[in-house]
Amino acid sequence: MTEERVGVYVCHCGHNIAGTVDVEAVAQWAQTLPYVAVARDYRFMCSSLGQELIEKDIKELGLTRVVVAACSPHMHEPTFRGVSARAGLNPYLMEMANIREHASWVHRDDMAAATDKAKALVAGAVRRALELKPLEPFKAAIKETTLVVGGGIAGITAALEIANAGYPVVMVEREPSIGGHMAQLDKTFPTLDCSACILTPKMFDVGTHPNITLLTYSEVEQVDGYVGNFTVRVRKKARKINTDVCTGCGDCWSRCPAKVVDEVFEAGLGYRTAVYRPFPQAVPKYPVIDVESCIYFQKGTCRACEKFCPTGAISFDQEDEVIVLSVGNIVLATGYKTFDPRQIPQYGYGRLANVFTSMEFERMVNAAGPTGGKVVLRDGVTTPKSVGIIHCVGSRDHRFNRYCSATCCMAALKFSHLVKERTNAEVYQFYIDMRASFKDYEEFYVRILDEGAHMVRGRVAEVTDAARQPGEEGKLIIQVEDTLIGRQRRIPVDMVILMVGMEPQEDAVEISHLFGIGCSTAGFFTERHPKLDPVATMTDGIFICGACQGPKDIPESVGQGAATAARVLSLIGQKEVEIEPIRAQIDESRCSGCRVCNTMCPYSAIDYIEELGVSRVNPALCKGCGTCVAACPSQVITGQHFTYEAIMAQIEGLLYDVRSGNGHKTVAEPQPVEVA
Amino acid sequence: MASTNGKPKLALYWASSCGGCEIAVLAIHEKLLEVAEAFDVVFWPCAMDFKQAEVEAMADGEIDVCLFNGAIRNDHNAHMAHLLRQKSKVLVAFGSCANEGCMPGLANFTDREHILRFIYQESPSTDNPQGVRPQLRTEVPEGTLELPDFWNTVKTLDQVVPVDYYLPGCPPEAKWVAAAVDAIVTNKLPPPGSVIGMDVAVCDECPRKRDVKKITRFYRPYEIVPDPEICLLEQGLFCAGIATRAGCGALCPSVNMGCRGCYGPVEGVEDIGARLISAIGSIIEAKTPEEIDAVLDTLPDPAGYFYRFSLARSFLRRTRMGQQDGRRVAEPIAEVPRLEPELAD
Ligand SMILES: Cc1cc2nc3c(=O)[nH]c(=O)nc-3n(C[C@H](O)[C@H](O)[C@H](O)COP(=O)(O)OP(=O)(O)OC[C@H]3O[C@@H](n4cnc5c(N)ncnc54)[C@H](O)[C@@H]3O)c2cc1C
Repeated sequence: MTEERVGVYVCHCGHNIAGTVDVEAVAQWAQTLPYVAVARDYRFMCSSLGQELIEKDIKELGLTRVVVAACSPHMHEPTFRGVSARAGLNPYLMEMANIREHASWVHRDDMAAATDKAKALVAGAVRRALELKPLEPFKAAIKETTLVVGGGIAGITAALEIANAGYPVVMVEREPSIGGHMAQLDKTFPTLDCSACILTPKMFDVGTHPNITLLTYSEVEQVDGYVGNFTVRVRKKARKINTDVCTGCGDCWSRCPAKVVDEVFEAGLGYRTAVYRPFPQAVPKYPVIDVESCIYFQKGTCRACEKFCPTGAISFDQEDEVIVLSVGNIVLATGYKTFDPRQIPQYGYGRLANVFTSMEFERMVNAAGPTGGKVVLRDGVTTPKSVGIIHCVGSRDHRFNRYCSATCCMAALKFSHLVKERTNAEVYQFYIDMRASFKDYEEFYVRILDEGAHMVRGRVAEVTDAARQPGEEGKLIIQVEDTLIGRQRRIPVDMVILMVGMEPQEDAVEISHLFGIGCSTAGFFTERHPKLDPVATMTDGIFICGACQGPKDIPESVGQGAATAARVLSLIGQKEVEIEPIRAQIDESRCSGCRVCNTMCPYSAIDYIEELGVSRVNPALCKGCGTCVAACPSQVITGQHFTYEAIMAQIEGLLYDVRSGNGHKTVAEPQPVEVA
Repeated sequence: MASTNGKPKLALYWASSCGGCEIAVLAIHEKLLEVAEAFDVVFWPCAMDFKQAEVEAMADGEIDVCLFNGAIRNDHNAHMAHLLRQKSKVLVAFGSCANEGCMPGLANFTDREHILRFIYQESPSTDNPQGVRPQLRTEVPEGTLELPDFWNTVKTLDQVVPVDYYLPGCPPEAKWVAAAVDAIVTNKLPPPGSVIGMDVAVCDECPRKRDVKKITRFYRPYEIVPDPEICLLEQGLFCAGIATRAGCGALCPSVNMGCRGCYGPVEGVEDIGARLISAIGSIIEAKTPEEIDAVLDTLPDPAGYFYRFSLARSFLRRTRMGQQDGRRVAEPIAEVPRLEPELAD
């Protein structure tokens, strides 16, 4: 066997690493490690010059392993594997030491410690690299079907773009209809065009598109597989309606005696029946029976809908259906929920009748909404003469969400216009900073100012009905410090609208686990790169768009929806993907058949061979996750690329400077060397 | 061979051990006659009156085979290990203590000070108002009495001197002792460093029926009467057989008692406790951290279960002791007794 020759490449990453880690010292020191033939530092290893440097060394110095000490392998492992491959070295013999996220960025205040840690990480990577084995990637065909989860405007856009390109799409929507929040809105800023007018044609297209299969009232339960080949289990909840014969005529819901508050579509402002269609333009047009509020399901009698249905479409004994899909790519467009203002009791929501949320107001001004578009107080008849709109409710607030919800300023200005238009009431806007930074937004702001909105800069302290001064009786008084005039003010109004912030969906964290993608602590899904890869995730083949990634308005959601379509189409166009050849293998001669691993495998890739009394991994199903490798009590399951030897070598490398207290064979190699 | 009667010379020694290994040697029954026939026993303090000085007087390598049982936990144990290493051609770590520390090794969960304080001062049965402790040197009219220094850390034989063969078990089963003797007599020894035994796990020899495993709680042996046909682990009885080297014939599981793990890890495994933790952790049927805790609460003394025999040779080896000169150390250097070798420093 020829002697191994390792090349170590320490990246400055501009100041990112070099500002905290003494990269030159690390490179010089690495040069002294056993088997290291060359060690260099360079400003940007990922630049073409950096890459060429490594390529040249591999060829000219005959390197047999490469260690790149730079950023996270999530970032540049593909880059440097590519470098190795181009230079004729098996790409799986390249190992990265993450001295940026794991050293420089987390030890900004301690250069010596960060440098020490970088050395340990490099020592570990060198030891591990020496244990790596060449591997050949598998190729797998990419399934052409795409799954889009969430039928808001972002998901609709993605689905239509992909379907129009000629590829099949399955859309899964949790609610009875697609449309998302946009379907609830009346007008949209900054152009004030009617939300329904621009949305419903797209919804209709989704419902009728030959390439789109629409599964509403459905949720994804399980996701297996990898880019190009996902298997997804969807639960189609029982609508209790036979959609083959239902015509959506409405006889059922017009006769249904059960009335409940519609917390979803009408945001709690209106009612619906137990058998219902959330709104007239719903896609699909079929209603659902809400079993929880249906008198027949709860009490055993009624069946009014069944009696009046002209086509016999009511199907009380219909059951949930489980559908297994095979898809190549997944787009998540699960959107957002709004902040619950009851968490800020001093604003009185839920206690003071005429305090409304922004979503309630959207429904109120909507011509198809509970008040037929009339702006009225909670009594349903009185027109307000003054309206206070409070910004940043639950946003830019360290107690709840530190971030800016991005859409509320503009929606508040929109409301200002709508209130004026419908009631000619006085409007007061209570804002912290006015954010109107995109195309035509500033102009919209100026227009609303011209319409006579009163702008009060300051965070509202309290909304109260306790009158203290003449003119306050029967009003809601908004207590605020007007920071522009430096004075406390009490402003009596008839109606208060709380601009509630945008938050991740209730189940966002579970959804992120289900699909195996990252999410922030708040619960917004994490993009692969905030600037350069905003709609991809760390999991290949899974993309995100719209408000599930962070608060954003419709134009941006649409832009992202289309961007995910472009990413998906580019993958489909490649026809096949390279798959990491990392698999688990059981040494059957040493397997005792204890069967501990059998239930472990999330992909059901392990079979127990009764006759031989051993377990066996099916490589076609195995995804190389390593769960069984860790679980095997006899340690006879090997995870390729993460072999026991490689992991132990890496740990020994990391502990290179630990002194043994006494004579046990501890980590002796590589020896630490002082760098002057 | 350097022997007056032409027979190879055999030594047997016990360091920190219970004496069970010595019984195991006797348990080879009539084979013992063969041993006596084949070997010239030159040192066996447990059975015959030999003196340390006699060994010290031997030439290096004069002993052909030494079966060494017991862990190393004081200066004298270490001295004998060095001495017998020096005088023996083949040194066999005999039994669990010499292999992996066994019960004495559990002392690594604490340290010298705590042990001495408890034993000589705090244990309920101790009556020692002056707090007298054993001294390394005690002057008496007849001269100076010496006691070996007691270590913080119990070590395995191979953590102190190089070892040629390993014979695991607490104690080693007679058939494997016999096999070792056979191998030595017939000169058919495996490559040095080998463990004499099987390379699979106890499950391989266990007659019970095995299915997939999902544990919702553990039982202690007195709490249930297990089904005699079904895998004990599946019934919630802790059984280390999944991770333990076969060779005993699944003695304990065959009589409704979960394997304790005395044969040590399966071939190639360095830390049986770590393997057991990840294996048992994998088959616990629980979704939330609270549910997991509830299951684990039914397993008293997990460290004892997982590392019953192997703490001294585990990766962790002992509880943490500290730092020295600002450097990370596994154990303070000053604590290292003088007789310990310096292999890696
Ligand atoms: C009061 C208010 C007024 C606004 N006004 C405007 C405006 O005038 N102009 C503007 O540009 N923007 C406005 N916005 C912002 C706008 O609502 C969002 O930008 C837009 O709705 C985001 O679309 P989306 O598709 O990402 O999410 P959503 O509209 O939230 O759609 C997400 C969809 O996914 C579904 N879903 C969620 N989870 C799952 C799951 N697990 N499985 C299946 N389906 C799931 C949901 O049911 C929903 O249909 C306003 C926001 C608010 C709060």
